[in-house]
Amino acid sequence: MWKNHRTSQSRSNPTQPDLSRRRFIIAGTTISGSLLLGLPLAGVALSGDPAGDSSRIGFFIKILENGDVIIGNAQPELGQGLRTTLPMLVAEELDISFDRVRIESMPLGIVKTADGYTWKYGGQGVGGSTGLTNNWTYMREVGATARLMLIQAAARLWNVPVEQCSTLPGQVICETAGKKASYGELVKLASSLPMPEEAPALKPMDDYRLVGKPQHNKEVQDIITGKAKFGSDVDMPDMRYAVIQRSPVLNGTVSSFDDSATRAVKGVLDVFPVEGPAPGAPYHILAHGVAVVATSTWAAIKGRKVLKVVWGESPNRDDNSEKFWQQNRDMLATQGQICHDQGDFPASIDASKTVVRHRYEVPFVSHAPLEPQNCYAWVQKDKVHVIAPTQMPSGASRSAHAVTDIPRENIKVEMARVGGAFGRRLTNDYVAEACIISQKTGWPIKLQWTREDDIKNDFYRPGGTHELIAGLDESKRVTAWSQRLASGSKYYRRPNMPDEDLWKPELYVDDFPKAMVENFRLEYFHNPIGLPRGSWRGPAHVVNGFVIQSFLDEIAHETGQDPLELRLELLGRVEEQPYSNHGGPVMTPGRLARLLKFVTGRIDYKAKRPKGRGVGFAAHFTFGGYAAHAIEVSVNDEGEFTIERIVAAIDCGFAVNPNAVQAQLQGATIDALSTALELEITVRDGQVVQRNFNNYPLMKIDRVPALFEAHVMNYDDTPTGVGEIGLAPAAPALTNAIFNATGVRIRRLPIADQLRKEMKA
Amino acid sequence: MISFQINNNPVQFEGEPDTPLLWALRDHFKLTGAKYGCGIGSCGSCTVHIDGKARRSCTTTVSSLEGKSVVTIEGLATDDGQLHPVQQAWLEEDVPQCGYCQPGFIMSTVEFLQKHPDPSDEDINTNIDNLCRCGTYVRVRKAIHRAAELTAKGK
Repeated sequence: MWKNHRTSQSRSNPTQPDLSRRRFIIAGTTISGSLLLGLPLAGVALSGDPAGDSSRIGFFIKILENGDVIIGNAQPELGQGLRTTLPMLVAEELDISFDRVRIESMPLGIVKTADGYTWKYGGQGVGGSTGLTNNWTYMREVGATARLMLIQAAARLWNVPVEQCSTLPGQVICETAGKKASYGELVKLASSLPMPEEAPALKPMDDYRLVGKPQHNKEVQDIITGKAKFGSDVDMPDMRYAVIQRSPVLNGTVSSFDDSATRAVKGVLDVFPVEGPAPGAPYHILAHGVAVVATSTWAAIKGRKVLKVVWGESPNRDDNSEKFWQQNRDMLATQGQICHDQGDFPASIDASKTVVRHRYEVPFVSHAPLEPQNCYAWVQKDKVHVIAPTQMPSGASRSAHAVTDIPRENIKVEMARVGGAFGRRLTNDYVAEACIISQKTGWPIKLQWTREDDIKNDFYRPGGTHELIAGLDESKRVTAWSQRLASGSKYYRRPNMPDEDLWKPELYVDDFPKAMVENFRLEYFHNPIGLPRGSWRGPAHVVNGFVIQSFLDEIAHETGQDPLELRLELLGRVEEQPYSNHGGPVMTPGRLARLLKFVTGRIDYKAKRPKGRGVGFAAHFTFGGYAAHAIEVSVNDEGEFTIERIVAAIDCGFAVNPNAVQAQLQGATIDALSTALELEITVRDGQVVQRNFNNYPLMKIDRVPALFEAHVMNYDDTPTGVGEIGLAPAAPALTNAIFNATGVRIRRLPIADQLRKEMKA
Repeated sequence: MISFQINNNPVQFEGEPDTPLLWALRDHFKLTGAKYGCGIGSCGSCTVHIDGKARRSCTTTVSSLEGKSVVTIEGLATDDGQLHPVQQAWLEEDVPQCGYCQPGFIMSTVEFLQKHPDPSDEDINTNIDNLCRCGTYVRVRKAIHRAAELTAKGK
């Protein structure tokens, strides 16, 4: 049992409440126009339907007479477990037993105001590992407000002061009066009460029953019985099925097409061109193509197979990966844009006792979520209905508006469960395509991409060539550091973006070791290539984590230092540093040091190992969270290697659901290793070479060691994001382990068969 | 017309005989538990049982099914909702993340455990070749061992 905590904000993050209080009020104002009203508007149904429902308190909470509670989730579920974790926050403050909770999906809620569109339920959308942090205070306030209203209802019913009432899970009690009532009995009265003018104080963290303790994922039962509905599972009345044959050449146009064979396929209903964006122009869809609409997915696919398209001109017909990598090398021989310059890097290098310099190449990679892109759309004269697997439902609404010209308040967007995203579904190009096809035909349409469509039409993680230079003084202390990068910037088709800003998504200026090294320089060269670029889970952190953590090992090796001691010495130079990029405002190097000591201790990295065995490790700060890996490999004489053991650790401040955090750490580690082992997107004559999992081979279980530990290590009381934090150190831990075992340094990803070739040579 | 069984119910399919079972299940029979992931039999998201054997339904045409018995993820639990031991193990270990590949994984594991009732890690590595893009393999491995235990106990 816990009492009302009107004053205690103990142990909650002092920097957060102001921000979230503002959101709390904004969310209310979008509906009511009144600043006094908080978010949970009584009688407003979860769906946004204004019809009164006396079992609801606000948008998010519905209490049934039997005591079951339905909690709405407004955020996309991609597998990160938000549909369990966010309702945990509500349930904790509402004071209910979590096994009585069911989860309901909420649609996109936007409201038109004089100042444009604002959120109805609070911001919706997930990217940058912000799904939890954006909602941490807000969702707890939703629960606390509803609890207070239930208490107020009971107090009124029993004619006792509110202060004499408290709650047990699922019921309000008044010991003085000897009364108790279940939430189910009270909800009708509670929902008719005026909203509190501000959210009540939140529970002290010491009193948490649910939050901070591992909870089972609420949706496993539906997933393992085949009931969970993903975007591609949508089935609506009179729905037709569509696929698009997109230009195989980047930026290619449709010159003409012969659809006679396609139209002869049983079930094919319509065939027509879909116009893509001009090269370099802003886009709603990615490519020019020809749509095939049919009575079934298979008829559409079959029809597309026999479609004869004559493709037109493209400025990217001569794009080739080899050319791209050569251009990068040529660029690095010149002077690029100096993006950041502190101290006197050139003078410091001249004065150095030792200079270490190496180049690394990190390839373009595809997101390849297992559920290929798809979207249901029905565009009618004055309204649109979209159901899509998306990370950004408001982006889906904007895309639908852009291609149909129907006002956004008449566009209903529902979020389907998402079969993996990894950043791919930040962009809603497939939503725009589905809307175009539906508007053209007048039919409700389910657009389905094939795997080949997905791999060949992605916003790829940019590939780049990195040159790292470090200068060390007589005492082997690193005093100068430079990273020079030639890459295709992630800022893609942004004509208003000044060239001098293109480096910003590729080199995060405050990343390690800027704050630790007096003379520090970042230099950038943008190498334009026709491949679309975008955010791939952890974006540049995964790339730069590999490069920087590999280079640290090289410095240690070439100057006879211990790679752990070298890192700890650098991390120990600064107690706390300002961090201006996403994940700031500060970075605490000691938190990385703590994890490094932990993982290297667990794997006992100083122990003597037999020939062919080696250990490597790395640590990196991503978006507010800290992670480290230590990996042990064995390598045989042919250069075939096996990952024998993985120790991973994450410090996400405070783990709200340690079970979900551990799952993310396990998955992020495997994602990073899978990508580093075999994955690369290449271009030949303007076309993406890879097609499907046969030549874009993601890791399967046989390469995942049975010895795999994933440790969740709390640090304080402030949760950070989790989804992207566990990737960056994994690949360099692996290649550092390979070096430790063999003396062969992998400086290019993917690793593929490089080690085998090196050891033969 | 092709006659076969899905989850013990007799069905007839009058569409194009070259239709992959996967698309017949999803579009025609409205059973969407089997997922489309690659269409080339690589990822295993579409795995179902045909006469008791785990098969990729994306590369199995309906024309090959005359008289056969298909079981999908929807038909794996008993009629009264009792989960199969593999599903039970998946539930206990909280295996899924996005969940898209998991029905296929479970169908593959059910057959695998019939052949390897007490599997080693090496048995798992050699025989389980479904793809999980979220990287749930650590928990998949644990759940497979747990399912073997549950199955042994249930006998």
